[in-house]
Amino acid sequence: MTLIRATGVILSKELRTEFRSRELLGTTVVFVLIVIVLFSFTFNPTSSESRRFGPGLLWLAFLFAGSLMLQSSFLREQTNDTLAALRLAPIDPFSILAGKMAANFLFLLLVEVILLPVFAVLYNVAILPVLAPLLLVLALGTIGIAATGTVFSAVAAQARLRELLLPLLLLPVLAPVLIASTEATIGILRDPSELSLVWLTFLACFDVVFLTAAWMVGEYLLEE
Amino acid sequence: MRWSAGARSNCCAIWSRAEPSRVSTPLASSPNGGPSGGTTGGLRIQFHEVEKRYGMRLALRGVSLDIAAGECVALVGHNGSGKTTLLKIVAQLTQPSGGKIEFHAGRDPLSLEQVKSRVGMVGHHTLVYEELTAEENLIFFAKLFGLENPAEKTRQALQPVGLSGRATDLVRTFSRGMRQRLSIARALLSSPGLLLLDEAGTGLDPEGQHWLGATIKRLRDSGCTILMSTHGRNETQGAVTRAIRLDGGKITQDSGASGNPREILVMAAVRESGEEGEQ
Repeated sequence: MTLIRATGVILSKELRTEFRSRELLGTTVVFVLIVIVLFSFTFNPTSSESRRFGPGLLWLAFLFAGSLMLQSSFLREQTNDTLAALRLAPIDPFSILAGKMAANFLFLLLVEVILLPVFAVLYNVAILPVLAPLLLVLALGTIGIAATGTVFSAVAAQARLRELLLPLLLLPVLAPVLIASTEATIGILRDPSELSLVWLTFLACFDVVFLTAAWMVGEYLLEE
Repeated sequence: MRWSAGARSNCCAIWSRAEPSRVSTPLASSPNGGPSGGTTGGLRIQFHEVEKRYGMRLALRGVSLDIAAGECVALVGHNGSGKTTLLKIVAQLTQPSGGKIEFHAGRDPLSLEQVKSRVGMVGHHTLVYEELTAEENLIFFAKLFGLENPAEKTRQALQPVGLSGRATDLVRTFSRGMRQRLSIARALLSSPGLLLLDEAGTGLDPEGQHWLGATIKRLRDSGCTILMSTHGRNETQGAVTRAIRLDGGKITQDSGASGNPREILVMAAVRESGEEGEQ
């Protein structure tokens, strides 16, 4: 079975499982909405203030969303040792990671799309004129969060202090992605808007490097 | 990487992304015409001084074995004797710390990818998703194994395990025994040439045990190699052609391919019942 086909099969299973239980999406959306609403009370949301603080707060909320979602990505597979069932299949081990990365990417993107209009209203930021570049940055940043988060979720799931281990492993690695994403978002929301190719290239490179590394070591990450 | 199967080397395990070649043969006849009775031809397994170390603890100590195609081998021994570790190594769920294993179909050595597509396993856990229905679970695994017509294969697999009527129910609504039967259906879905059973009778009622025993016999007769860990006396042992006792990760008794496995099985059952009595 080809890598893409196996990834697709695993992705569809992940989507079906999540949309049936709605455990993660429901909790995460509520959590990040509370975060965004609470932050909006901490300063006067004029246009210029929001442009200064908004992007950082937005990506902080996305980081919280990622931390919540990614933790359970591989923990779910431990209930009936279904990870073993996946590893028994004659598929490329990376397709297991890739399927989960794709699912986490879509879940996070969905949360972000729900959050953006709320952010625009509460922080008095016009996002419609800059929607296309903003979505591009969101997509690249979210690929970085989903890829690293899924890989470290696989590592942490087999450890004893897994709840503690994932943030410890994840946050230092994600720091460059968050900085680049925030900087790129600041540029987009600035007046006049500017899409920084430097930060975009950085994000794209990070994604490619991390996905390649995951492909190379995927087999070992999933081993007991 | 200490696996040895064909010409695959350590590096190939990471870098080779070759499509696993499937051996497609028609299903052997079964009363239900389903996957439960068919195999793609048994595999021969050769263990050469296989060791497995978990930290400082040696779970397997220099296990050397030659299991011929079509043998039904029972692994007996105390908890922690290395039965599950041995099965996991064969299933490629964990790698040996030392030694090597070779797989053959007929005279041909098989690559690890080829072996994977021909192995079915029933583990300690049920290996099925609780948030999916029985049907969705089997269709999912049928797709992962690249089987043609997954829906039809699923229907055929659910019938002999008596779950056709519950095909569209979520697995989390199933009893332990029903989950185990679904797990067995999942393992037999791809008509494996090598079936690994890790206390597969767990949770099954007497009727289920009887069905499992009959299924194992049928698979053995159709040429499937079966390697199972077992405790005490149960219906699954009727099909056993060879028994191996493991103690502390070492083989201490082996009835051999042509020997009588009953003595080892009976002794294991006696020891176990004695230990239960002491407790």
